[in-house]
Amino acid sequence: MNFPLPEFVAVSTSNPWTYIVFGMIGFAFGYTLEMSGFGDSRKLAAQFYFTEMTVLKVMFTAIVTAMVLTFGAVGLGILNFNQVWVNPTYLSSGILGGLIMGVGFIIGGFCPTTSLASASTGKIDGMFFMLGGFVGAFLFGETERFFTNWWNNSGYFGRVTLDQVFNLPLGVVVLLAVLMALFMFWGAEQLERIFGKKDLSKEPKPRLVGAGVLFAAALAVVFIGSPSLEDNYASLAFTRTETIPQENADPIVNTHTYTADEMLQNRIAFITPAEAFKAKYNQAMNPVYLDVRSEADYNLYHIEDAVNVPFERLAEVVPVLLTEPPANTVFILMSNDETAAVEAWKFLSASAVPNVYILEGGVNNWIAFFGRDDKSLTAQPKPNPGDDELGYIFPAALGSRYESCSPDPIEYEKLEFEAKIQLQLKRDKSGGGCG
Amino acid sequence: MTAQTRKPLFPKTPKPFVHPYFGGSVLGIVLFLALLLTGNGLGSSGATSRFVTAVTDAVDPAHVDRTPYLLKMAGGDKNPLDDWIVPVYIGALIGGFASGLFNGRLKFETTKGPNVSNRTRWLMAFLGGVIFLYGARMARGCTSGQALTGGTTLSAGSWVVMFAIFGGAYGLAYFVRKLWN
Repeated sequence: MNFPLPEFVAVSTSNPWTYIVFGMIGFAFGYTLEMSGFGDSRKLAAQFYFTEMTVLKVMFTAIVTAMVLTFGAVGLGILNFNQVWVNPTYLSSGILGGLIMGVGFIIGGFCPTTSLASASTGKIDGMFFMLGGFVGAFLFGETERFFTNWWNNSGYFGRVTLDQVFNLPLGVVVLLAVLMALFMFWGAEQLERIFGKKDLSKEPKPRLVGAGVLFAAALAVVFIGSPSLEDNYASLAFTRTETIPQENADPIVNTHTYTADEMLQNRIAFITPAEAFKAKYNQAMNPVYLDVRSEADYNLYHIEDAVNVPFERLAEVVPVLLTEPPANTVFILMSNDETAAVEAWKFLSASAVPNVYILEGGVNNWIAFFGRDDKSLTAQPKPNPGDDELGYIFPAALGSRYESCSPDPIEYEKLEFEAKIQLQLKRDKSGGGCG
Repeated sequence: MTAQTRKPLFPKTPKPFVHPYFGGSVLGIVLFLALLLTGNGLGSSGATSRFVTAVTDAVDPAHVDRTPYLLKMAGGDKNPLDDWIVPVYIGALIGGFASGLFNGRLKFETTKGPNVSNRTRWLMAFLGGVIFLYGARMARGCTSGQALTGGTTLSAGSWVVMFAIFGGAYGLAYFVRKLWN
């Protein structure tokens, strides 16, 4: 079984029990917060005067426990990390928002979810915090327009995880996080002894066993490692919807799920030169043409705006493709024919790059389609070109200076094609997590 | 001889809180299960925002249509309450209540530092709520959605947010020490 389960990724009225599942998750969340003492603002505020470090202990125990379990499951191939929501990185709004939250925390004595545990057990200050929360959320919605550009773009790095930042294997980062947490727990207990006059000898001994188990589990995560590209490729799933219009009724929407190999076999991942060209003039998407041929072929002839990334160097650009371009980017791969482009498609898809397509028939097909009316094109068809070889002989390396490299949008305004591109937007920027 | 006293289901005297490491481990397992089953973690401040937007949408739908930020949640055929975070929020309220009920901690009271009046505490709690949620919306998540969930999934931005939260609170703690000590 592959987790996360697609039925549970979002609530929907067609599956009413999804509300129950999320409700139960919330129930367990609220229950554990209350039983840890987070309904009492004094316990929370004490964290910031070093007298009682419960907040830090609970929080970091929860983080590292969940982290070890999560990446253990990822390493064993049970959980597909690409389908787990990872908060996108917005440095500027994250830092300022975090500092503001800190101010609210020490003044109000709660954070949003602990105020729920507090209010629901009759604490009047918790109720006031909750009320204030509604006002704060309202004020943000009303003031966001004054700094919307900053909020949406400043310090935006997309989905970046710490292993990418430090260029370390995931398992090692998990182990380091566990070690950091254990060190922080030790430090927190020392602070409690000094500032909170706490007698550490009364602390339960099994906590040392717990620390050992956690450390061993983190070592196991390092040992298991991350799934290989082949594993990732095998677990890829693409959903495609088709809408069948009905007379006098709502259109029927069918959703199919395909594996990566099915996407290739059924040629769902291939787009015609016409669609690749029209993508440029489609407001909804931002096409990036990736030319995976050798530099020599690229210099002979290439589509205008195409970026040359020879197949061997594809791995170098994956981190950039994952983080830099906007969510509506469509990557259109091309080789002379299709062989190298298909390999590139497999590699990028397995590396979790979204919205990757292949130019059908490659550059040869583009020339065959747009080159017919191109008087500037002096190339002669090459007799019997080999597999994935350029099918034309060019007298000079003029790159994209032929007319057919940038077809005239007015001349080619009406082009018939079966649209294959279906944008898979990463979940809405403000979705997930706290929302 | 004393008869065996049965533990009451709803005790009158509050039971002690669980040990922080135990509570944290349970919370970690809950968070892991949420990520495993749904691919989403935990959260709550998004729901606060959605409740407010639902009210705004009911009172003045035209205003929602003029505000791009609100349009992501409401407007058109979108129902701001149709999101996974809303049942999580309601569940957390019920869960907190249940834990209070089973552990004898259901009581109308105000938790505050020894040197402030109830009224001051209420005002500060309200103000803190306003400030916290404003910051949470700005940072796209609160201690649950960013620190806990993003911390677990190793999101670089979430770790930055987490340290900023602690930084903000520690930075101001000294100046508001009268509130708590």
